[in-house]
Amino acid sequence: MNIFVCVKQVPDTETKVTPNGDGSYIETSSIKWIMNPYDEFAVEQALLVKAANAGSTVTVVRVGGVKDTEALRTAMAMGADEAILVEADDNLDSYQIAKSIKGAIDKSEKSADLILTGKQAIDDDCLQVPQILAQMMNLPSVSVITGFEMNGTTVSAKREIEGGSLEVYEVNGPCIYACNKGLNTPRYASLPGIMKAKRKPLAQYTLADVGVSAEDRRVKYSNFQLPPEKPAGKKFDASDEANQASVVAEVVGLLRNEAKVI
Amino acid sequence: MANVLVYTEVTNGKVKPVSLEILGKLAGQNADVAVFGDIDADQVAELAKNGANKVHKLKGDNLDKYSPEGYSNALKEFISSQSYDYVFAGATSAGKDMIPRLATMFDAGMASDVTSFNFDGGSFNGTRPLFAGKCLAKVELTGPKPHFVTIRPNALGMTEGATAGAGEAADVNVSAGEIRALIKEIVKGASDKVDLTEANVIVSGGRALKEAANFKILDDLANVLGATVGASRAAVDSGYAPHDMQVGQTGKTVSPTLYIACGISGAIQHLAGMRTSKCIVAINTDPDAPIFTKADYGIVGDLFTIVPILTEEFKKIL
Repeated sequence: MNIFVCVKQVPDTETKVTPNGDGSYIETSSIKWIMNPYDEFAVEQALLVKAANAGSTVTVVRVGGVKDTEALRTAMAMGADEAILVEADDNLDSYQIAKSIKGAIDKSEKSADLILTGKQAIDDDCLQVPQILAQMMNLPSVSVITGFEMNGTTVSAKREIEGGSLEVYEVNGPCIYACNKGLNTPRYASLPGIMKAKRKPLAQYTLADVGVSAEDRRVKYSNFQLPPEKPAGKKFDASDEANQASVVAEVVGLLRNEAKVI
Repeated sequence: MANVLVYTEVTNGKVKPVSLEILGKLAGQNADVAVFGDIDADQVAELAKNGANKVHKLKGDNLDKYSPEGYSNALKEFISSQSYDYVFAGATSAGKDMIPRLATMFDAGMASDVTSFNFDGGSFNGTRPLFAGKCLAKVELTGPKPHFVTIRPNALGMTEGATAGAGEAADVNVSAGEIRALIKEIVKGASDKVDLTEANVIVSGGRALKEAANFKILDDLANVLGATVGASRAAVDSGYAPHDMQVGQTGKTVSPTLYIACGISGAIQHLAGMRTSKCIVAINTDPDAPIFTKADYGIVGDLFTIVPILTEEFKKIL
């Protein structure tokens, strides 16, 4: 089976985000980059499918800046066989990224039997690329999956919807699955894995190579800014048992009369 | 003036409130609604009250239940027969899943999870959070039309005294086309509460809960308030709560009217996911916990004693 995994490199979740000087994006100079956390579940699922299907290959695809290739190196250290990097700015829109991924998969000259992605990237939080890619490749897709079972060419996938309910999909043949936390437990890259990853093939393309240009932009961002700070709230000390009841009563009163939310 | 279609979902016989929020903010534009299947007259009236002119009831084989392909194929067929400049939907489970595919059928762009917008000379101009709300940016759409927008539930708010629309409902026949990813069954979640992303009141627990069973005291409070219970990443990673309850950058981003954080220290990724809540109450033993910097009302104390008192106090007035 030809398995493709799409990964994105994003600022670490503990990053304090600061808009850049002209507000066109965020300040990226001192950011620690990591593989998008949801993509780890996609890489792990690909490796599980590969282990169950002898002769399979796992190809990781990433579109983004080349300053750091943390995400691809991590995926290959976990066990992916090869990688494709499409060099681009870190602020392409979802349409451009999906079109680049499609172009990269076409370049590989492999027909994709299975494509796995994270459910969303935690930088722009759009939740668009898997579904756009599916439409561009004329494939079905199932997003936000927390369950994946493969029998032959048929997959049963569980998609999480409102209230923790699950839609159980059955899909036969190639499809894109966008993975959520809870799907599996991603493995850690072993030291030999990290050493081996350095020798694994990494193909590199430009946006022009994969047929994507500035004309493909659909979403324009500007005026990046920090959200307005709230004015300081009121803090009550209820560590002493004697005043707990009166503090709680006061807060409940404020919720009703001052904040008017109850 | 822009021609706008608002796609709405009906659950338990009622249109999703986010659709009414959207309609209320479309004053000055021509706004129609599309919905799959039948919809009660009182719901059509509710849509009209908030500004809906036509209400298109899309009907066809294999459209009785959601599928990403069936619904987007059918909407594509309908939208192609009309001349809408914009298509809006709630950023619900189905909206997030289906609208990107639908937009791509038109080679068009989509703005996800928008929290406020206006029309400047007929052109959409929105604001949306990025990095789980650590920053905001202005968002505009370019390229082929119609342009697509999903709106975060609870972000716009209802419009009092919205300009009413005609509310003319009519059936439209559409085709689901080929469906390759089909829902075989739906497994109901353990909770019958409204989802965190749509909840008006949320009671959330952190690592200080110490074990899964202790979430019971949050459930008791939530039941009195009609709230949904959430959890921090620390609580989820420790196995005290399932992932669908997680609030934060790698969980759900929420904006309820009231958010009560119990035993949550307030890691940056958690604050990002709940900071747009209208009123935040924090209960924590550590007076220096970062959560207090975002709280409207902070109570320094042990959640195991404070929360039950809070529950009793709310019972008195609710």
